[in-house]
Amino acid sequence: MTVTDQGELRLYVTGSTLLSTRAIENIEALINEELRGAYACEVVDVLERPDLAEEDGIFATPTLVRRSPGPVRKLIGDLSDRELVLSSLRLGPVELRAPGGGLERR
Amino acid sequence: MSDPSKLAAVERLEVGIPGFDLVASGGIPAGRSTLVAGTAGSGKTLFGVQYLVSGIERYGQGGVLVTFDEPAGEIVRNVLSLGWDLDAHCRAGQLAIVDVAAVAGEEVLEAGPFDFQGLLARLERAIRNVSAVRVVFDSLTGIFPQFTDRNLVRRELHRVTARLRELGVTAVMTAERTEEYGPVARYGVEEFVTDNVIILRHPLSRERRRRTLEILKFRGAAHQKGEYPFSIDGRSGVTVIPLAETGLKTRALTDRTSIGKPQVDEMCGGGIFRDSIALVSGATGTGKTMMATEFLSAGLRARQRGLFYSFEESRPQILRNAASWGVDFGDAESEGMLAIDSRYPERIALEDLLVEMRHRIADFRPVRLVVDSLSVLDRVSSGTSFREFVVGMTSVIKEFELVALFTNTTGVGGGTQAPGLTQVSTITDTIILLRYVERESSVHRCLTILKMRGSAHDKTIREYTIGDHGMELGGPLGGASGILAGTPAPDGLPAVE
Repeated sequence: MTVTDQGELRLYVTGSTLLSTRAIENIEALINEELRGAYACEVVDVLERPDLAEEDGIFATPTLVRRSPGPVRKLIGDLSDRELVLSSLRLGPVELRAPGGGLERR
Repeated sequence: MSDPSKLAAVERLEVGIPGFDLVASGGIPAGRSTLVAGTAGSGKTLFGVQYLVSGIERYGQGGVLVTFDEPAGEIVRNVLSLGWDLDAHCRAGQLAIVDVAAVAGEEVLEAGPFDFQGLLARLERAIRNVSAVRVVFDSLTGIFPQFTDRNLVRRELHRVTARLRELGVTAVMTAERTEEYGPVARYGVEEFVTDNVIILRHPLSRERRRRTLEILKFRGAAHQKGEYPFSIDGRSGVTVIPLAETGLKTRALTDRTSIGKPQVDEMCGGGIFRDSIALVSGATGTGKTMMATEFLSAGLRARQRGLFYSFEESRPQILRNAASWGVDFGDAESEGMLAIDSRYPERIALEDLLVEMRHRIADFRPVRLVVDSLSVLDRVSSGTSFREFVVGMTSVIKEFELVALFTNTTGVGGGTQAPGLTQVSTITDTIILLRYVERESSVHRCLTILKMRGSAHDKTIREYTIGDHGMELGGPLGGASGILAGTPAPDGLPAVE
């Protein structure tokens, strides 16, 4: 797998709160065990980089942002709902929509 | 933390919204959060934005706007028409906008428990960047639909407000209500967010929206009770009408000025006072508008600007009548000494009219003001609105040191005044009564001064005629009583009072 094929994730956390620590552990485990390195994940602490949080419109923490492949999608919480995280990250952009939601085409 | 020993001295932050700080006894509690709750369209967002803009423009205090409901760009566009350039304030480093409105089409899924630290980090950064004193959340209730667990949202918002307090900023948080007279706000936000609650209402009253503001509570701090009318206009945004009667007591009655008719001046003890209100009350055709015209004309002769609000007659009619009494209003208008504003009262909300009149007075700076007639305004409004208008008008007159003449149309029959205008008589300084009297099988007109505050006055009843030169006053009527009732009967006693 080449670098360009790898999806980009960014995980926003707050210092070392329990929720943040859990979210980091959960995403690392998922990438290693289930997604087999299909994504690279960058961890950003909102306390250190509020500017990035502003750019990405972060409200809740932890927030996992799938930056690529598009469209951008956000998952909030400690990522303990493995099924939801996996299904969101596995699917391609076309099928990404949640049932009944969203304004996007297709 | 609430420390009971400190409750007595809650510091205030002047909001800067016209009239509001008077009602709030100095402003909102500083360093705290104040909830501004109202139904859709009640002016919450405007109140919030105006709070920030006044802070920047009047007090040099930086502000942060956090938007949950509308995208920031929409708010920026909407308030531009009021002359509030939020973008410019942002560029000048005095305002920061944190846009957390849900982005259409962007999906956010919940995959476990979370907190609002992301919002807090952005908020604190914004507060630092502009050295913010003021923070606005618009609206708190807009956050709830974005998340599934309401308890989690409540708990997190509680943490956000606690943090704001630690930071020492003074926050205004808007919240949506579903009813004008029901729970303070949706989702019970007032219970966990703040000790201070302001309610904005706009209920229908006689088929018209009437906007009011009520300070429901300020923890440990004094404020005026009850609902105060406010208006929203395209020039100054929210203006609260403080119905403070305090200003009225300090009025100094010293300088006299002519009412426009030397004989009437004489009856008043040498003219009416500057900075006072005269009420001319009488049936239709008794010459009220004529007295108003002569009142303005006397002002024009003394190079005093006049402002004429007519709700009874059209402009051409006013000009024509004035000309027939030898007064050229057209000239005075083109010279900029007179302004005539004539309109039908049916479509006017009195709160808006009052604010508009205040603007007009502030711009035009008249010395003399005529409102012809008050009774027509009474007829088209609810009693409460009218009372508030009159009291509000009184403080405007006081503020700009005007001498005002109001007219009041009564019925043709007896009695001393029209019902519903009792509140007007208490705030007027001079009351002149014009009345029809039946004597010896014909109808005569007579005039009397019912009241003259701060001075002795002639208490006789004078007959007058209306001729080519306006009102011609005759001598005192004697030998009859019951004249004010319209049915004089001869007797040996001097008439009335």
